[in-house]
Amino acid sequence: MFGKLTLDAVPYHEPIIMVTIAGIILGGLAIAGLITYFGKWQYLWKEWLTSVDHKRLGIMYLILGMVMLLRGFADAVMMRGQQVIASAGGEGYLNAHHYDQIFTAHGVIMIFFVAMPLVIGLMNIVVPLQIGARDVAFPFLNNLSFWFTAAAVVLINVSLGVGEFAQTGWLAYPPLSGLEFSPGVGVDYWIWSLQISGLGTLLTGVNFFATIIRMRAPGMTMMRLPVFTWTALCANVLIIASFPILTVTIALLTADRYLGTHFFTNDMGGNMMMYINLIWAWGHPEVYILVLPVFGIFSEVVATFCKKKLFGYTSLVWATIAITVLSFIVWLHHFFTMGSGANVNAFFGITTMIISIPTGVKIFNWLFTMYRGRIEFTSPMLWTVGFIITFTVGGMTGVLLSVPAANFVLHNSLFLIAHFHNVIIGGVVFGCFAGITYWFPKAFGFKLDDVWGKRAFWCWITGFFVAFMPLYVLGFMGMTRRVSQNIDPEFHGWLVVAACGAGLIALGVLCQVIQIVVSIRDREKNRDLTGDPWGGRTLEWATSSPPPFYNFAIEPKIKGLDAFWEAKQDGSAYRKPAQYAPIHMPKNSGAGVIIAAFSVVFGFAMIWHIWWMAIAGFVGMIATWIIHSFNDDVDYYVQIDEIERIEAAHFANIDKVA
Amino acid sequence: MRPFDVKRGLGALLLLATAGLLSGCDMALMSPKGQVGLEQKSLILTALGLMLIVVVPVIVMAVAFAYKYRASNTSATYAPDWAHSNKIEAVVWTVPVIIVAILAVITWKTSHSLDPYKPLESEVKPIQVDVISLDWKWLFVYPELGIASVNELAFPVNTPVNFRVTSDTVMNSFFIPQLGGQIYAMAGMQTKLHLIANEAGQYKGISGGYSGAGFSGMKFNAIATQDQAGFDAWVAKVKASSKALNTMDEFNALAKKSENHPVEYFASADPKLFVNIINKFMGDMKHGEHAAMQHGEKQAAMSHDESMSHEGMEHDASMNHAGMEHGDAMHHEAQGEQMDHAGHMPADKTVKAGTN
Repeated sequence: MFGKLTLDAVPYHEPIIMVTIAGIILGGLAIAGLITYFGKWQYLWKEWLTSVDHKRLGIMYLILGMVMLLRGFADAVMMRGQQVIASAGGEGYLNAHHYDQIFTAHGVIMIFFVAMPLVIGLMNIVVPLQIGARDVAFPFLNNLSFWFTAAAVVLINVSLGVGEFAQTGWLAYPPLSGLEFSPGVGVDYWIWSLQISGLGTLLTGVNFFATIIRMRAPGMTMMRLPVFTWTALCANVLIIASFPILTVTIALLTADRYLGTHFFTNDMGGNMMMYINLIWAWGHPEVYILVLPVFGIFSEVVATFCKKKLFGYTSLVWATIAITVLSFIVWLHHFFTMGSGANVNAFFGITTMIISIPTGVKIFNWLFTMYRGRIEFTSPMLWTVGFIITFTVGGMTGVLLSVPAANFVLHNSLFLIAHFHNVIIGGVVFGCFAGITYWFPKAFGFKLDDVWGKRAFWCWITGFFVAFMPLYVLGFMGMTRRVSQNIDPEFHGWLVVAACGAGLIALGVLCQVIQIVVSIRDREKNRDLTGDPWGGRTLEWATSSPPPFYNFAIEPKIKGLDAFWEAKQDGSAYRKPAQYAPIHMPKNSGAGVIIAAFSVVFGFAMIWHIWWMAIAGFVGMIATWIIHSFNDDVDYYVQIDEIERIEAAHFANIDKVA
Repeated sequence: MRPFDVKRGLGALLLLATAGLLSGCDMALMSPKGQVGLEQKSLILTALGLMLIVVVPVIVMAVAFAYKYRASNTSATYAPDWAHSNKIEAVVWTVPVIIVAILAVITWKTSHSLDPYKPLESEVKPIQVDVISLDWKWLFVYPELGIASVNELAFPVNTPVNFRVTSDTVMNSFFIPQLGGQIYAMAGMQTKLHLIANEAGQYKGISGGYSGAGFSGMKFNAIATQDQAGFDAWVAKVKASSKALNTMDEFNALAKKSENHPVEYFASADPKLFVNIINKFMGDMKHGEHAAMQHGEKQAAMSHDESMSHEGMEHDASMNHAGMEHGDAMHHEAQGEQMDHAGHMPADKTVKAGTN
């Protein structure tokens, strides 16, 4: 009846897990209780969960990413602690079984459920506004994408309390992830949560590609696109091109595990090298899916706070396109040690270092935007300068890793761990924090407290260097990744330093939590009345904060790069139009929530081999989708009197400031 | 302003870290004891030095520009509309291109000179060691001596060691950090690694690729003995053991999962054990003839060595393919070399792909 699922699947004997679960359940009950107490269920459902508004979906992505960041970070702290103890001769509080799940979960969560939601969340909030659109091309699909991501997050968190998570590393290399060596449900949790979130991501890619190509305001030619939108476009091209590879690769692994095929097994002609090639043919572009939009964020931030035009726009755009193309021909550098031969290794080594050229050009563009500027050091700008320094170091170690003969001694060592945290934290994470602080007033109508923001920055950046520079040293000392027991005592000293760094980062996270609380408390003081709190250059600052649900009452006409800056210069900004016209808008839909809920049922049933439930879940998904597609009542017109009312309030605010 | 002092501190920290990295003489990779490791160390330092030509100015500029053009410094030039300069564009594209070009040449050369498959030049006759990764321990077979050991291997100093590496289980990576690079161990496949120790000593060996629950304990000792006599003494110690590894049953008993396995010696071991373990994964292939055809075609299509595909066509009707190839590699050394150079791993692997 319930497949492999029995009551023994709950890890009662693991106190760490049971306490965590108790915390999650109590926290969930508290939130549900508060919502009930304030009678907000209907509001939540009507205004948020079923919303197709890109700004609200963006906010939900950000909340999801931030919550998961806390979980991924808790995993990191546990690993640092365990390695400190295990290198001092102790057994530690995590056995191999638990530790192996933690590093796997840490990688999966940080990439798929922190970095991706944060980047996609910012794209949601900003891209339609930057191109002067009313919403994305397919608003319902956008809602569905979010809920697929949320469904995957539910699954991966269920694995904490029911069964186990994979003990394979975040990319689940076979044959270790095959049935023979991982007979438990851990890999199945990995498979189904990635398949469901991958579907969501692919739909996002299609959606934003169509949006940017088709829905730009009149006059916004490609070479007038704000850089963030350009980088988002390239990232979405990468999503469309690479995520199907991930889906197919995982599907083949699924066939091996469920149907007894031999794509990647040791025997019967299986080939694990095929898997590793395929997964990195997705995996390397994935890195650029995360980092390209972040390059866009820094470009916007640096131009705004230097009070200066972005240096070398054309060169930045072409560098972005070059990286997009090159990112597909470097994947083999993740496994030079497979023995592919000198010619093949040298080819992929050289293509990899070629990527550093356009990336380096971008860094210089930001530097020369600062040159002869009037730099205001708000926290987004601090994150940007911190990023330039940190990312340059990470880029250097990356190029070093791309030299195959050097890679042979550095591969899979803590040097590698230090390198990719150097570029992911120094690049993606700093970038998302910069972007969140920068666009927060646009999304919520008030600024984040900058004092706590700066404190968070200084804790993060010093914490980062203290936590990860020792890992470079440990890599040189010959320490490999993913060891948890009996660690060589000579590594102990540096591991202690690294753990202190994690502590500093924890302080940074604490500062951010305080920042949010303080900012909400002082929201009236920090309210943004004009819609342009920073003296912005691009179109998203031309509308109110938060923008009305239709974004722009009158479709903007674009006459150049930095559209809003130019409008402010020539006096055409903030001008009340003579007349409004009705606006065509999409209606909210509950179908996305329902489909995603069925996908959780389906995924959970597949994981535990509960076939009747899997069929029910699958049929539920498809049936809901079909029923939804017959619903013609999906759009409406906003009437002129409502537009006038909303716009009048906005202009009253502007007058208040003036 | 407070932030800028901290930024300077950061710069100092960076410099300190770099200095620490470069000067640390107790670090395995910076104190290599073998030729391969020495060359890899100098390669790492050369590449780092080249990149610092760009990296140091970037960091200096980031700090200097941030300081000079801060909003409160109204005496600094402010050019709000200045956004293009052909000169600067030319420099920021050209300098990285030149450095990457130099690095690319170095990369091409060292990828070949430090190719793990390339036998090392030496007047001393190399010693052959077959490496098999098990759950969770390393088995070393000396086919020329007919002995084997677990989690410990020895070889005389200044003698090239030719490793053939495979796995009986999941993937691992065979790695002795102080001697030089690592290579993956994969079931049903053979990889090669050539190392040499220039100094006698006992070096730490690890698995560089996560392989499951007992991975942390996959450590071994690599002993470079002072001279041939020292090695002979080690061999004698192994031969004094009462254990043997001559049959697959004996091997299977050893291959059972175990963690933190102690050092173990086997007085006699089947010299063909390595080949047999690879062949084990081909066991169920019942389409010999068909496979041979496919393989031959595939090899020809990939324009690999002609004699190799012929080899495949001729023998393969009766026996399975991989066994043939690896058997050959062992018995006819010359041809084995040729085959391995034709395609390295992919060549080895085509065998499996072809027999599907």
